[in-house]
Amino acid sequence: MATKAFQKIYTKITQITKATCSLHASNVGNDELATVNGKLAQVVKIMGEEVTLQVFEGTEGIPTDAEVIFLGKAPSLKVSEQLAGRFFNSFGDPIDGGPEVEGEEREIGGPSVNPVRRKQPSELIATGIAGIDLNNTLVSGQKIPFFADPDQPFNQVMANVALRAQTDKIILGGMGLTNDDYLYFKNVFNNAGVLDRIVSFVNTTENPPVERLLIPDMALTAAEYFAVDKNEKVLVLLTDMTSYADALAIVSNRMDQIPSKDSMPGSLYSDLAKIYEKAVQFPEGGSITIIAVTTLSGGDITHAIPDNTGYITEGQLFLRRDTDVGKVIVDPFRSLSRLKQLVIGKKTREDHPQVMNAAVRLFADAANAKTKLENGFDLTDYDERTLAFAKDYSNKLLAIDVNIDATAMLDVAWDMLGDHFKPAEVSIKQELVDKYWKK
Amino acid sequence: MTKEIFMSTKGKVKGIISNLVTVEVDGPVAQNEIAYIALGNQKLMAEVLKVVGNNAFVQVFESTRGLKVGNEVEFMGHMLEVTLGPGLLSRNYDGLQNDLDKLTGVFLQRGEYNFPLDTEKLWSFKPIAKAGDKVEAGSWLGEVDENFQPHKIMVPFNLDGQFTVKSVVAAGEYKILDKIAVIVDADGNEKDITMVQKWPVKKAINVHAEKPRPFKLLETGVRTIDTANPIVEGGTGFIPGPFGTGKTVLQHAISKQAEADIVIIAACGERANEVVEIFVEFPELEDPHTGRKLMERTIIIANTSNMPVASREASVYTAMTISEYYRAMGLRVLMMADSTSRWAQALREMSNRMEELPGQDAFPMDLSAIIANFYSRAGYVYLKNGETGSITFIGTVSPAGGNLKEPVTESTKKAARCFFALEQARADRKRYPAVNPIDSYSKYIEYPEFEEYISKRISPDWTSKVNDMKTILQRGKEVQEQINILGDDGVPVEYHLTFWKSEVIDFVILQQDAFDKIDSVCPLERQEFMLNLVMDICKSDFKFNGFIDVMDYFKRIINVCKQMNYSVYQSESFEKYVSELNNILSERRK
Repeated sequence: MATKAFQKIYTKITQITKATCSLHASNVGNDELATVNGKLAQVVKIMGEEVTLQVFEGTEGIPTDAEVIFLGKAPSLKVSEQLAGRFFNSFGDPIDGGPEVEGEEREIGGPSVNPVRRKQPSELIATGIAGIDLNNTLVSGQKIPFFADPDQPFNQVMANVALRAQTDKIILGGMGLTNDDYLYFKNVFNNAGVLDRIVSFVNTTENPPVERLLIPDMALTAAEYFAVDKNEKVLVLLTDMTSYADALAIVSNRMDQIPSKDSMPGSLYSDLAKIYEKAVQFPEGGSITIIAVTTLSGGDITHAIPDNTGYITEGQLFLRRDTDVGKVIVDPFRSLSRLKQLVIGKKTREDHPQVMNAAVRLFADAANAKTKLENGFDLTDYDERTLAFAKDYSNKLLAIDVNIDATAMLDVAWDMLGDHFKPAEVSIKQELVDKYWKK
Repeated sequence: MTKEIFMSTKGKVKGIISNLVTVEVDGPVAQNEIAYIALGNQKLMAEVLKVVGNNAFVQVFESTRGLKVGNEVEFMGHMLEVTLGPGLLSRNYDGLQNDLDKLTGVFLQRGEYNFPLDTEKLWSFKPIAKAGDKVEAGSWLGEVDENFQPHKIMVPFNLDGQFTVKSVVAAGEYKILDKIAVIVDADGNEKDITMVQKWPVKKAINVHAEKPRPFKLLETGVRTIDTANPIVEGGTGFIPGPFGTGKTVLQHAISKQAEADIVIIAACGERANEVVEIFVEFPELEDPHTGRKLMERTIIIANTSNMPVASREASVYTAMTISEYYRAMGLRVLMMADSTSRWAQALREMSNRMEELPGQDAFPMDLSAIIANFYSRAGYVYLKNGETGSITFIGTVSPAGGNLKEPVTESTKKAARCFFALEQARADRKRYPAVNPIDSYSKYIEYPEFEEYISKRISPDWTSKVNDMKTILQRGKEVQEQINILGDDGVPVEYHLTFWKSEVIDFVILQQDAFDKIDSVCPLERQEFMLNLVMDICKSDFKFNGFIDVMDYFKRIINVCKQMNYSVYQSESFEKYVSELNNILSERRK
């Protein structure tokens, strides 16, 4: 970055830690950006004359006589239609070899929406995946993470969701993505020919971890531009939020903050909420929907990261490998979309809530039957039929490779119920049975 | 009181760490005093948390981005206050009592504050006191009609000692800042009274004569509360539960249905879309007790999770102070806070920045005392004029990792008298509300005052029936564990009978469909009928040959009883199910 004439250059650093450095400087604003020997840094603490900077790339090689220049602004992003189709790093600089974006410069991490100006979310987001659309329907303006172990194909599912969802823009915020995953997203979007609808902010594992703290705010500032200024429906994909939280923990540790549960900073809840609560349905039609990934360690959802996330997001999606059909399915028991009540049976066919509940209940019966079988007890005829149903259900509806519309999902479900059960066994309202039961 | 020229203390910013700012001051400052920090043409509100020498440490209620060393600070000479007067009802405030509807933009701009009441609206005032009356803080001078509630205009709470009323205006239309009375103190000094007064939120309003143990049932229409573990007018309760167990649905149900005059909801650090749900629903839904719109009796203090942390902490105090104001008018107030864990986390963040020595899980050492002190502000009171008022307080707790052995849950357990334990296992099995009937408790059941009250309101044997019900539930749980170990045929048929009786209680009394128009609200009379019906089944003896018959038979009983829950009480279809039930019972009853 070019040095401007009026900028004062400081050259005496008084303290250096792994992530921060301090110096004496005046007239510096909180959260302001600076460069330290060309490396981007941000003011995190001011005590009289002493200013502490968090250096995003890490402080390796920074000498005590490094040149420090304050930029007089908080981290910002230039927004315009030119963002579409581009790939950026954590600082909003292009990494695709293209030109700099021109547009209005906006500070990232801006203010919150006044709750009375929000609209209640009510538009269904169709993904074609029955495990989502049928059992855990997504709604625009919702925020929901995948809770997944690192070996599960969450990035593939998320890319599918992004491509199928009928949104105007998709914004990818990649934090600690492996280079392979980054290329995967790039190829998928490229091959689908939708690159012009996509904006990506990517921090890979090759980049310093602290940099990724900027990714969600960058992605959401771009999202707010399209949703507020252009009234577009924007889908934001954040993967992986666990890497983000880990970076928070690193910084708070270097700043000598007292850790709370699982070595996470005490402000983890507020930090995550600030990001997820950017999901919103605006009255003018624009919306921001956030689908995130929180990787778990050994499926443990009581760890501080998934736990705090669960209290913030509107549900969660679990993936699981169903060994009976050899496919990855969306787990119908542990997954939940809190906003589905706003659309199912209203934006979808009337029988949706009842069919959904009946199928999940019968799937639960199958799980009980399976336990019985494993414990060496005899199975009843009903048990046998629930097991057969469960296989069908996993294969034709829960599996993540399914791609059909919501009405077709309901028809498939009725077929399955008819194949394995009598009407009295499914406990669905009589009038719906009369209308839809396979004759 | 003589008027002095008020010289406010000024200061300059000296240090900044996130929202904790150090200010060098040129005069006296008080703990918890409010200050404004100038930043460009904005003024950011802050509160003093600690003073060391000439340095005051203030927490800023806004983002401190761009703040610099040397920015000017002005101290206001008072603590964080709320403005109290007619027109609070139906409003949506933030944690600092800014009227959210008056803020213009889609986004909340920092430093934008507004007056929380409408100064132009005319209120129809009726005097209560007359010239010559002896009055003191909290005495009623007159009243206006606020959404059909008698809103009392009181002698300001911050006036000490005895006063004599010199004059009260005649009945008529007045604005809130009009003078409606003049009172005179013992030395002959006159004091003009308007309809508005201010009060610091962290101090309890204490204008009542006496605070007895609460005893009157507060009907909520939720069976697992009213029947099994009742809460009382002026009582305290809390609802801890892991995410996804239905805390918010239960809390919304209580706030919609409870027999209260005023409902104050503090949405403290929770999801914005949930608050939007209240904004959308409450103006439409009807109060089951009066038939008027729910919003008419409701005040919402919304400080969602993405709003500044420090004002999240203030929000619960703002809500409690407004509750106390309405209690002093002799009204029954229900206050809900969702969630007190977020409030505790706000305390933790500040304590951490001030580098205080941490307690358990990095929470401040005095967390337990702060929570206990807050819960103690609820209660049933006798006012000095003999009337009664109450604040019933129910808070939710979001325990980290669903573990109830964490500091916020444990501290709250010591302070609150009712405990509604939401359980993951019940939620997974879709048994809603997922309140565990055995772990939950209400201390009020043990109060002799309550027992006396309830035996008059319902029947003398009510308490013993409820105890019998709980015994059967406990027994059912034990038997179930034995069946799981020994297998269905490894235990006597009587065991299955006991288990299924407890299932009848669970399905018919404890479970309730919050989304069904009829089942969602169960009036006390109906609860009495259902408990009698279910306990009659539980006390009966039945003939069975094998355990398979037991299950089929009781599933039929449960089905009929559930249909009753879904039918209008004492309607034709309801009575049809009653007789159907009697037929089923006569098949096997000994």
